[in-house]
Formats: sequence, structure tokens, C-alpha cells
Amino acid sequence: MRLLRIVPDDTRFDFMRFRRISFPISAMLSIVAILLYFLHGLNFGIDFVGGTLIEVETKAGAANLAEMRSTIGSLHLGDFQLQQFGAANDVLIRISEQPGGDAAQQEAVQKVRGALGNDVEYRRVEVVGPSVSTELLAYGTIGLVLAIAAILVYLWFRFEWQFALGAMIANVHDLVLTVGFMSLTRVDFDLTSIAALLTILGYSLNDTVVIYDRIREMLRRYKRLSMPDLLNASINATLSRSIVTHLTVSLSLLALLLFGGQAIRSFTATMMFGVVLVGTYTSVFIASPILIYLGVGRTRLGEAEEPEKPPEAPAASTKPLAPAQRARAPR
Amino acid sequence: MLFFTRWKAAGILLTALIVCLFAVPNFFPESTVRTWPSWAQRHIVLGLDLQGGSHLLLEVDANAVRKERLQGIADEVLRVLRQARVPFTGRAVHGNSVEVRITRDSDIETALSKLRELSQPLSGILGTSGQRSINITESGGLITLTPSDAAVTERIRQAVDQSIQIIERRVNELGLVEPTIQREGLDRILVQVPGLQDPSRLKEILGKTAKLDFRMVDQSTSPEQALASHVPPDSEILDGEKGQKYLIEKRVLVSGADLIDAQPGFDQRNGEPIVSFRFNSIGARKFAEATQQNVGKPFAIVLDNKVISAPVIREPILGGSGEISGSFTVEQANDLAILLRAGALPAPLTIVEERTVGPGLGQDSINAGEHAAYVGAALVVFFMLVTYGLFGLFANIAVGINVAMIFGVLSMLNATLTLPGIAGIVLTVGIAVDSNVLIYERIREEVRAGRSAINAIDAGFSRALATILDSNITTFIAAAVLFYIGTGPVRGFAVTLGIGILTSLFTAFTLTRLIVAYWVRVWRPRTVPI
Repeated sequence: MRLLRIVPDDTRFDFMRFRRISFPISAMLSIVAILLYFLHGLNFGIDFVGGTLIEVETKAGAANLAEMRSTIGSLHLGDFQLQQFGAANDVLIRISEQPGGDAAQQEAVQKVRGALGNDVEYRRVEVVGPSVSTELLAYGTIGLVLAIAAILVYLWFRFEWQFALGAMIANVHDLVLTVGFMSLTRVDFDLTSIAALLTILGYSLNDTVVIYDRIREMLRRYKRLSMPDLLNASINATLSRSIVTHLTVSLSLLALLLFGGQAIRSFTATMMFGVVLVGTYTSVFIASPILIYLGVGRTRLGEAEEPEKPPEAPAASTKPLAPAQRARAPR
Repeated sequence: MLFFTRWKAAGILLTALIVCLFAVPNFFPESTVRTWPSWAQRHIVLGLDLQGGSHLLLEVDANAVRKERLQGIADEVLRVLRQARVPFTGRAVHGNSVEVRITRDSDIETALSKLRELSQPLSGILGTSGQRSINITESGGLITLTPSDAAVTERIRQAVDQSIQIIERRVNELGLVEPTIQREGLDRILVQVPGLQDPSRLKEILGKTAKLDFRMVDQSTSPEQALASHVPPDSEILDGEKGQKYLIEKRVLVSGADLIDAQPGFDQRNGEPIVSFRFNSIGARKFAEATQQNVGKPFAIVLDNKVISAPVIREPILGGSGEISGSFTVEQANDLAILLRAGALPAPLTIVEERTVGPGLGQDSINAGEHAAYVGAALVVFFMLVTYGLFGLFANIAVGINVAMIFGVLSMLNATLTLPGIAGIVLTVGIAVDSNVLIYERIREEVRAGRSAINAIDAGFSRALATILDSNITTFIAAAVLFYIGTGPVRGFAVTLGIGILTSLFTAFTLTRLIVAYWVRVWRPRTVPI
């Protein structure tokens, strides 16, 4: 049986040449993402801004959104949105946070339940009060920062500091772009989104680490290779794995996206963008070339790994230099 | 890399088998599993988002606890100074402390030493922490008593513990199935009730403090006059059920704490719903004394600072039982009886978060999750077969065992499976596959580098495993942080992702290697079919 080779053996693709394009593009996209975040904002879900979310299913056929809108409007609960959610008789009602603390949110739910009566089935009711929502947002942010810090420390411990820094820059770049994507597509930004961001972080680090691992190995083995050549060789060597893995992950995600139901759709869509699109691009075009700028040198790593042996570069040049030094000595 | 001692191989297979076997109870109906020995009963619990139910997060009103503590200190100050016969003025609660002014300078030392007895040393984790429950300062005859933060925190902790007990009683009285009630952080309580679709009544029951007092009605003046001029210092104005005003003495004759039973019933004369109650012996004696002394005068039954009714005492009530009538509906009478039996909460509770999922959505989610898992698995299995052939088959076997092991570990932990949890499992399949991909790609490389088949396989494994470890630890760190900060569904995701990483590491390091090693031994291949 002839097996599928998605990537031909021994590719010699010059990835490093693209860094003059990929860096400005990434910088630009990051700026756009940050601008989007500040100008367009995120569609914060009730987890972070408080409020009420009710999913109802009308018992008699398709929902009449206009009628429902006027029923709920007459309750004077401030801002609210109605939205078809999947099936025609499935409606998502979002009510903004009520003034007057935690108890006021509960009153609002009771009012809606009273107004909609028995014509609907309540599939889901979520109420998040102001005290909880502030906390959840704080915890979410702390969690992200903590995760990045923990991973950074781990990488620092396992590799050189340049690798840790490179991985962090690359992955913060991933997160920034993903947040930009979320702002652009207006997906709900809630606790699940934090989970998605953390998973994207984990996955894309996973990918970066695989390439870094190879770079480290090559640094030890090929001491004469120039940095760009070495990085190119490392990326090419792991290219097939990168692509096969991302294909399988995309297949899993695709199944979740198509059949996993409405409830986790925004989660999977975000993951798809972050892991498959951004993550792969980043490990190849950002995380690896950035090592050149961060000054990963063979000498440094050689010293760190084999302290007792003389460093490579001076070793090659000691002989021709030696007479000159001797000649200089009497002076 | 490809050599396993017989014992090691057996150990690996046995571990995998045992872990997988733990998943078995999940495939049998609950009633069957119950007849098994208890160690075999552990199974995965479906989260509320999958089986439907209500999740309520309640918060104890910390301010009320603090206020009550301050009032308590003020009362004790009064008692202590009176006992010591120290004249004082201006005893009052100011912000976070109680202040009192000692009239004569010569008494200050006595007052201070007596008041210091109120302040107890707080016990820390190791013996005494050096902190005291009340900090006392004095300047120019003005003594300030401030409860320390640690003491207030301890009070809040106690209030939460008491509340949990009372909530348990209330929830059990409602006849709800398998509720979980647990502390969350310092001042919160999480109540989860599977299968509950409309938590309105539960919320109503949990939202009531149910502090019941029997007090006298102050007849020295009418409530209207008192409101217009001034309210007598030992009385207060309280609202009735229908908005009428009552002037009620602050002194409590008997409190709800002395009740031993309360039952809903019907008034024999007019058939209206009532709640009949019975006092314990202390309460009965207090109630008898009070009613004997006050025949012909009205007293008030006060629930959560609202007057339920204010009947006139016609004759002394000596039997220690009585009934409350207050134009209730049958359900209200029922709920009141439940509340009185369960006891009063030490402080009011507020619902700060509610998440209720109907059974329809839960079932839909399970179906969607299963569907996605099957489709995802099928796609991945097919892809691996096409890409790696026989080795793809090995990978598929390893990944299958991996998934079974995830279910086994989840069962062992009695873990909760949520919809994001299912997503976590699906993603883990991706991770497990990646381990195999890393190994196989490495083997391909080694073959290209000109190694012999067995050499290439050996080198492929040993080089790839280091990378697998590195890359999985980073993802595991992310999962751990997610578990630590996450709540509910997010935590469910972190759990399956974390467990999935561990099991996939296990399968990559042992099972896949074992399968390949066995294949090498039996077939002695010259080339690697990869």
C-alpha cells in the first residue's frame, strides 16, 4: 500500500526569507487586533459583565420574535437582545445587568418567567450578579497571565532564556490576534473563551516547543551552520509532523464545530482560528526566526551544554592566532 | 528502547487494563451498579449542563455579620460596665467600632481592664496567633472597641458553616434528589440540584432568613404618632404583611431558636391554612410566663422583621404549643413550616449566580457531544490509516485505549463530565495522535538518514519521546491553571484535558512502544512500512 505523504521528504523550503514579510505583517495585524479591541471592543458575555441569559424553546412552532420582543420590552428591564439560536423555535434572550445589586437580577428573571408563562420551555437560565462577574473577569485575566508566566518559567528552565522569550512573544502574538478575531466576529466573550485562549496558548506552545526542541538538537550537532540555515533545517525537518498534527487537530475541531452543538460553537470556532490558522503560522514564521534577533548563538549554547570543552568558534581560530599572540607577548 | 522485560510488559498491560476496567460501571444502568461492591461503583457523574438541573451560588451577607458582631459587642459593653458600676455616656456603634465615653477619669483603668476581658486571643494555625478578637484603644476617656479583621472573618466562616447545615435541612425538606451543598471561598455556598427545572421555589426558600420572634406590641403610643414625633427607644416600627405599621418592642419574649417542631395545618374554625408549632421546655416556660403576665394585650409574631400577625392574648398559653395564622396560602404555610423546622440563617443570603439547564438542552448536548466524538474519531482513525498504514493502526489502537483510560480515570475520581469536558476529550484525541505522529515522523527521518529498520525505530522513539514530554508539559501547565482558576464547565474542560495529557503520555511512552516492539520481535522487519 502506498502511504499518503502530505509533505514530500526532505523539503528545503527557505522559511527564514519570509521573516522580512512575516514580521511586518504580524506587527500590523497585532496593531489592528489591539485597535479592534479598544475601538470595537469584545462582546462580553454575562460571565464578565453580569446580567441574565435565558434560552427558551417555544412549544407551538417557530418563535415569533417580534411578539416576544414586545412582551419583554413591556417589562422595562433596560437593554435586552433576542436572537434565534439554532432551531427556529429556539430563542436566546439576553438581559443586561439590572441596577440594584444581586437581588435585582433575580427579580428580573422572575418577571420574564411570569411574562412568557407556559408557552415556552426553559432550556437554560443563567444569571450572573455584579459581584461574581467582576471576580470572574479578574480570575480569568489572572489565570491567563499566570499560565503564560508558568510556561515561561518552564521553558526558561528547559531551554535558554532566548527560547523562553521567543516563545512568549510568539504566543502573546497568538492571543492578541485571537482576541482581535473575537472582537471582529462578535462571538461571546465568556468563561469558555478564556478556556479557548488558554488551550490555544497550550497548543501553540506545544507546536513551538517541538520546533525549538529540534533547533536545540541541531545547535548541538551542527556547530558550523549559520543560524538562518539551521532554523530552516529545523523547520523543514519538523514540517511534516506540524502539518499532519494540525490536520488531525483540525479534523477533531471540525467534528466539534459541525456536530458539537450550538453551546460550544463559539469555543470551537475560536479554537479553529487560534490553533489551526494562527498557531501554525506563528511557530514557523515568528517563533523560530525571532531567535535570530534574540541572539541565540551556538557558542552560548555550547558553553552551557558542555562547559569543560573549549567553545567551538575560538577553537577553530586559536591556531592561526597563536603565533601573533606569542609575538605580542614580549612587548 | 524496544526491549521490555516480561514483567515490565505485563505491568504496562495490566495498568492499562485496570484503568480501562474502571470505566465499565458507566455502561450499566445505575440500578445494576448499586448491587456491585462499593469499590466498583465509582462512575462518571454527568454535569448539570448535560443532565439538567440548577446551580445556585449564594453569598452570606458579610456586612450583616459584621453589624451583628458590633451590636453584640455594644451589648456586652453595657453589661460589663453596669456590672462594674462604671458610669458612662454615649455608647454607640461608629463605623467599624463601638465607642463608649467613661464619665469619671478615675474609672478609666477599671473600665479598660474589665472591657479587655471581652477580647479573646485568636487561635491561629499553630497555637495562638498573637491577635485578639477585639482591639481596644482609649484616649481622653473615650474607649474604642474594634473587632479585628481575623475575628470578623472567623464569624463569617462560622455563619457559612451554620448556613450550610440549615440549607441542607431546608433542601431536604423540599424533597429534592441528590443535592450538593458546599462552601465556595470564604463567604459563598454552592447549591447544585440535578434535575430541578424551575428553581423559583428553592430560591424563595433559600432567600429567607426565617428569623422568628415573639414580641410584645408597644401600646404606649400609636405607630402613626410614633412616626410623627419619635419612636420610643426600646421599640421599633415594623411593617405588616399588608403594609400596615406596627410599633413593636425590641425585647424578644421567645425566639424561633426555641422551636422544636412546626407543621402546616388548617384552622378548625374557618379552614384557613395555619402553621402549628411546639416549643422546647425552655421556650415553653418563657412563653407561659410571658402570656400569663400579658393577658388581654396584643403580642406580635415577627418573621424576618415583618409582622405576620398580632393577636391579643386571651388566656395564658401553658402547653408550649400554638399556631400562627396570617392569611397564608397552603404553599406559604407549608414553606413557613419548613423554614421554622430548619431554623434561622445566621445572616441573610443573596443569590449571586444562577445557572439552570432544562433536561431537553442537556440531552441535546449529550447527543451533540457523542455525535461529534464519533465523527471526530472516525476522521482521525481514517487519516492515520491512510498516512501511516500499519503504524497508523498501532496508533489508532493506542489512542482507543487512551480514550478508554480517560474514562477510567474520570470514573476513579468520580469526576463530573460537562459539555466542555467532552470537547476536552475530543481535543485529547488530537494530542494523543500528535505523540504518535512525532514518533513516526522521527522514524521516517531516521530511515531517510540511512539507518536500518530496527535502528531507525529505536532512534525514532528515543528522540521523539523527549520532545513529547516537553510539549505536553506546557499544555499540562495550561490545563492546571485552567483547573485552578476555572469554575463549573471550564473546570470540567481542564480536568479532561489534564487527564488526557497524562494518559496520552502513558500510552506514548509505554503502549505504543510495546506494540511496536512486539511487532518487531515477531516480524523482524527489514524495512519500516511507514
